[in-house]
Amino acid sequence: MNIRGKAYVAGIAEHPVRKATDLSIMQIVSDLVTWALDDAGLEPEMVDGFFCDSEMPGLGVLSAAEYLGLNNLVHMDNTDPGGSAYPMHVSHAAQAIATGKCKVAVAVLAGRPRAAGKGADPVPDFGIPELAFEHPYSSMVLNQYAMVAMRHMHEFGLTSEQLAWVKVAASHHAQHNEHAMLRDLVTVEDVVNSPMISDPLHRLDCCVVSDGGGAVVVVAPEIAKSLKRPPVVVRGAGEAVKHLDGGRADLTYSAARKSGQIAFEEAGVTPADIKYASIYDSFTITVVQQLEDLGFCEPGKGGAFVADGNLIAGVGKLPVNTDGGGLCSNHPNNRGGMTKVLEAVRQLRGEAHPKVQVPNCDLAVAQAMGGWLGSRHASGTLILERE
Amino acid sequence: MTTELPTLPNPEITPSVAHFWEAAAEGKLDIRHCRSCGELHHYPRSFCPFCYSGDLDWQTMSGKGTIYSFSVMRRAPVPFAIAYVSLEEGPTILSHIVGIDLDDIAIGQKVQVAFADTQDNGPKVPVFEAAS
Ligand SMILES: [Zn+2]
Repeated sequence: MNIRGKAYVAGIAEHPVRKATDLSIMQIVSDLVTWALDDAGLEPEMVDGFFCDSEMPGLGVLSAAEYLGLNNLVHMDNTDPGGSAYPMHVSHAAQAIATGKCKVAVAVLAGRPRAAGKGADPVPDFGIPELAFEHPYSSMVLNQYAMVAMRHMHEFGLTSEQLAWVKVAASHHAQHNEHAMLRDLVTVEDVVNSPMISDPLHRLDCCVVSDGGGAVVVVAPEIAKSLKRPPVVVRGAGEAVKHLDGGRADLTYSAARKSGQIAFEEAGVTPADIKYASIYDSFTITVVQQLEDLGFCEPGKGGAFVADGNLIAGVGKLPVNTDGGGLCSNHPNNRGGMTKVLEAVRQLRGEAHPKVQVPNCDLAVAQAMGGWLGSRHASGTLILERE
Repeated sequence: MTTELPTLPNPEITPSVAHFWEAAAEGKLDIRHCRSCGELHHYPRSFCPFCYSGDLDWQTMSGKGTIYSFSVMRRAPVPFAIAYVSLEEGPTILSHIVGIDLDDIAIGQKVQVAFADTQDNGPKVPVFEAAS
């Protein structure tokens, strides 16, 4: 059994806020769920499945269900491997729908780390088994990704200029997104001349810290057919984890290699068939690594693949993150997976900004990474199709 | 610019792997070894993650290794070099590179273990400096 064709994305919402000074997390949640259900044309009474991450205040699904007045939930899921959770939520919703466990599932992400003055790193929680062996060395998100980039440069000849092209492409897209945090065009020179933060990553190799969030509504086929929105069907999905394996570290590939293989196999398509790709961009290196691992280019050739505008809509061969991505638009609650799903759905519906809309966009991938690319991380790959 | 032996944040010590810190206090880098399958693993567990045996002891490493990857945290109040070091005996472990000019650190460089103080007179932790 697979989930191909068994569920549809019927509604989406992205919060326009980027600094939620006067909004609580639960206000953001209720905004998003209201807008996503409106977008789908569905009523809250119909929601019988609910998905969120472990940062939902209180008791996760329970607290959200009460706040939102949801009385008909019969399926719930708190799957949370960091930023990769949200393509997985769509996949798990499709699985639940395919097996008859629910018919209308809502997945929501919300947070306000920027207004709260928090950084991208979680507060150390003593009891984590690796902590005593990593915390003394100030291991954090930034340097964990930086060490992957450094090894990639050593092994494959990746350059800072190639990495910079990922940010340049994001800025070309973000100039058309009125909600993007950073809307100014940047050049390769701007990126490589920005302050070095953690070798070889410069300030402009890093994503924004933003508040807000997103929501997605996944429904059974019979419900999707009764709705007016362009039908976007779940075609395949995969998930995988990778870690340091007791000291057998290998920083030259990520869990996306496995999750991508599973997803493409289920969908019955190849990377060459993909018209648009949402690729998690916590850092520029994250995009290069995942493009290689998903098979858009040969291992080690990601730097050459992203260079010279190849990710810019209307310019390159593979338009990536046409909303401006996490690098320029939005990285709500330090978790980029939800916005990856949302822009893929916009592209498939033909509702992306006209300047970045991919013509005849009928097949898209939403790829997300959670955790630390240089150590333990999870990858979620989702393939969606316009019917 | 080089970093001398730094004072690092204090690690939390759990009883099952306390030996690691006791050895470090004596200037030894001891790594978990499985007596069932013969493999070394790090970070240390109370069982072998490769064969699930609980029959473990510790082996003292030579302290020699090679830099697998690294990054200099330029924006830290005191810049430092975090690194993965592949030990001569096999496992790759997270650590710091000290005593080498931050601009001269390179993947593939030979290094050897040293031990750095931690805050509040905490246990010493392994770091790596240029091999002599
Ligand atoms: Zn063993």
